[in-house]
Amino acid sequence: MRRPTAARAGARALLVMIPVAFVGVFFAYPVTSIIGRGLAPHWRLDLSPFGDVLSSRSLRHIIWFTVWQAALSTLLTLITALPGAYVLARYEFRGKRLVHALVTVPFVLPTVVVGVAFASLLRPNGPLGGLGLDQSPVAILVAHVFFNYAVVVRTVGGLWSHLDRRQEEAARVLGASRWQAFREVTLPALRPAIAAAASIVFLFTFTSFGVILILGGPRFATLEVEIFRETFELLHLPLAAALSIVQLLAVVATLVVAGRAHSRRNTALALRATADVARRPRSPRERATIAAVLVTMTVLLGGPIAVLIDRSLSTRSGYGFGFYRALSTLHSGSSLFVAPTEAIRNSLAFATAATVIALVVGGLASFALASRRSGQGVTRAGFDMLLMLPLGTSAVTIGFGFLIALDHPPLDLRTSPMLIPIAHALVAVPFVVRIMLPVLRSVDNRLREAASVLGASPARVWREVDLPIVARAALVAAGFAFAISLGEFGATIFIVRPDYPTLPVVIYRLLTHPGVDNFGAAMAASTILMVVTAAAVLAIERFRVRGVGEF
Amino acid sequence: MRRFVIPFAVVLALASACGSSGSSGKSKSRATTITLVTHDSFAVSKSVLTDFTKRTGVKVKVVASGDAGAALNQVILTKSHPLGDAFFGVDNTLLSRAVSAGIFERYRSPQLSHVPTQYQLPSGNKLTPVDHGDVCVNFDRAELARRKLPAPRTLSDLAKPIYKGLLVAENPATSSPGLAFVLATIAKFGTGGWQHYWSTLRANGLKVEAGWDQAYNGDFSAGPGHGDRPLVVSYATSPPASVDPNTKPLPAQAPVGTALDTCYKQIEFVGVLRGTHHAAAARQLVDEMLSTRFQQDMPLQMYVLPVRDGAKLPELFVKYADQPTHSFQLPSASVEHNRETWIGQWTDRVIG
Repeated sequence: MRRPTAARAGARALLVMIPVAFVGVFFAYPVTSIIGRGLAPHWRLDLSPFGDVLSSRSLRHIIWFTVWQAALSTLLTLITALPGAYVLARYEFRGKRLVHALVTVPFVLPTVVVGVAFASLLRPNGPLGGLGLDQSPVAILVAHVFFNYAVVVRTVGGLWSHLDRRQEEAARVLGASRWQAFREVTLPALRPAIAAAASIVFLFTFTSFGVILILGGPRFATLEVEIFRETFELLHLPLAAALSIVQLLAVVATLVVAGRAHSRRNTALALRATADVARRPRSPRERATIAAVLVTMTVLLGGPIAVLIDRSLSTRSGYGFGFYRALSTLHSGSSLFVAPTEAIRNSLAFATAATVIALVVGGLASFALASRRSGQGVTRAGFDMLLMLPLGTSAVTIGFGFLIALDHPPLDLRTSPMLIPIAHALVAVPFVVRIMLPVLRSVDNRLREAASVLGASPARVWREVDLPIVARAALVAAGFAFAISLGEFGATIFIVRPDYPTLPVVIYRLLTHPGVDNFGAAMAASTILMVVTAAAVLAIERFRVRGVGEF
Repeated sequence: MRRFVIPFAVVLALASACGSSGSSGKSKSRATTITLVTHDSFAVSKSVLTDFTKRTGVKVKVVASGDAGAALNQVILTKSHPLGDAFFGVDNTLLSRAVSAGIFERYRSPQLSHVPTQYQLPSGNKLTPVDHGDVCVNFDRAELARRKLPAPRTLSDLAKPIYKGLLVAENPATSSPGLAFVLATIAKFGTGGWQHYWSTLRANGLKVEAGWDQAYNGDFSAGPGHGDRPLVVSYATSPPASVDPNTKPLPAQAPVGTALDTCYKQIEFVGVLRGTHHAAAARQLVDEMLSTRFQQDMPLQMYVLPVRDGAKLPELFVKYADQPTHSFQLPSASVEHNRETWIGQWTDRVIG
């Protein structure tokens, strides 16, 4: 014990304060402001909008649809993506890194663009038109699996690739069947990561907006769509506020359930370096498994992407790069014009800033949550939940909250470019936490204690014990945060955008202008976004942190 | 851990610096910078803006957010701390909401003497008309010819069995052309008859999409997505946009035509935001938007038509833009008052 305990307590407090302050200022404050404006417009609380929600048949219907489509989407995503996580974690094969990066691509695509791809596949005269899925709930579910596949592969795969496979092999030797070994040994170890992935997918699909509007047709609406309509089209703040609270309550309930599932397993796992866990396939059966998973990925993820690429190349005069060239000439001289290089540069700059913020905030939060000494029970659960809430809150609510809350110095950020990475980081922090926490929690505390007994300062313990183990998870989280920002999710569609257009903004602008050239250029910009994403994720994951392979 | 804290502090410092740089920049430099808040479809030639700055010393920062309805609601919500100095993009379906929210300063541009009265608001108004256009049903000439069908002309035509399963429209709850088209049917068939008309359209195989881009870029057979429907609710300016300007010689007819008796008139307005510290500069911008230069620049930038007398149209528009002789219109106050009821009734009829 080289330092006074007070200093350490102070350091720990700081560890918690930074993420709390971030989420407090950029999430809790704006959201309570907008909800307050709706429910207590003149400082007098009026709860009658809740009565309107409960008494309206169509709103009850919307709530029910929101819940069941999210639950079913989550289940389907888990079923489809867990084999993918398994194969990528357990086997070594040629091109694995590339596959790992490519899997992330769907996740960042703007929903409008994916909507174009799915709709053109499913339309009556499209290649899959015979299935009759145009404007059906099935189209919504499949699109949700498409978008969220990467969430499961990365969140669960992150932990799986460190699980010692010898435990499972031991069970097999002792006579357990393949399925038994998986159920009794692997599954319990993976439970925290699966719960984390499931809760993220649930929150994403629960607040689904673009997919519902574009693929579901006019018959389906989620709470998110309804909040958007009440706020944007009708300016019904009271009803929008009541719906936002209903949405928040549902999200909190989900997180409580999920929290139970991942806190049940807090015991240390024997984590191994990924290189020890993954190996080349040996039997034909293993090779067949890998092949089956890769085929599923190609059809499910590759199909819609292939449509987009095909569209970007199909010019009026046959196949070619005409639309890519058009990106630099179309609208040149107009205030709308953005050189593609400039859009890429803006996107990368915002993504870098968002990743740094998300890693700092999410990293500190994860350490605070994993540290056994900091707070207990309710406090810890509350903190954990606060970090997750932005993911389950209506982007409209957050965007409008920014507008009315961050409107005076020193926080007049409404038209500041910094608001964009901050909004992106709000969405990315939960991912960082969900990826890092399961790994951090499973670090054997005896290692820390041993280091401490041998005289290492807390900082040194952290550097020598935690950092190497966590570095890999942090890289995966960074790749994800970067991708989230590149794809410019949710909230940023609804915040006032100063003139630093990113790739997704360029795509939106092109799509809202008529004509074949604008559409083709939008597809070309989408393809560029995919390439930039895959390249960025590959580059980030190439970083090797000293010592990671050693434990 | 300090390694983590420092970047965060830097980021926060940067954030506040960026946030305040706008206002401090304004006071230091001699040129006034004003902010024009608008919707995503706003566009203007850069040269028009730079010339304006050279002439007046006023720089214009454009801040765009969402569609017309969303952008207006953001301005209404932030009226105690305005987002900018002027707002462009109030259309006549949103007019009454904008006026009653009290977000604009009174200003009557001297340039209005060049604008026909049909586009102007009654005297004492605060908003200045800038452009107009029509939401109409468009058709794909080639596809109709292939099916040996005549081009539809009126709203009643669309309900005929020969056009079964051919029309795609937008949901009025989520799309402004969608709403405009519903208003056209209300203007035509009256509050007693329009719902029945939509029941007929529904029975005739109408498809409804959430937004214009899904309908036009996706389902429309002459759109870039090569969909399966040759009739779409879009704009009277869609035909010029459907012509490839690089083909020589230009075709005699655009691939897309307009059903001229299905149109609803849209007029877009600009206004000076109440609470601006740069009222004079904002007024100069309003005047500028009515100048011949700006007015002639708009058609190819935003696919809208100028309101100024004598503003010349580009060749593509002269040749291909269909000008309905009559378009439907409803009083703005009536639209604001009934919007929700109408959308609700439409939903019950068409989707319920």
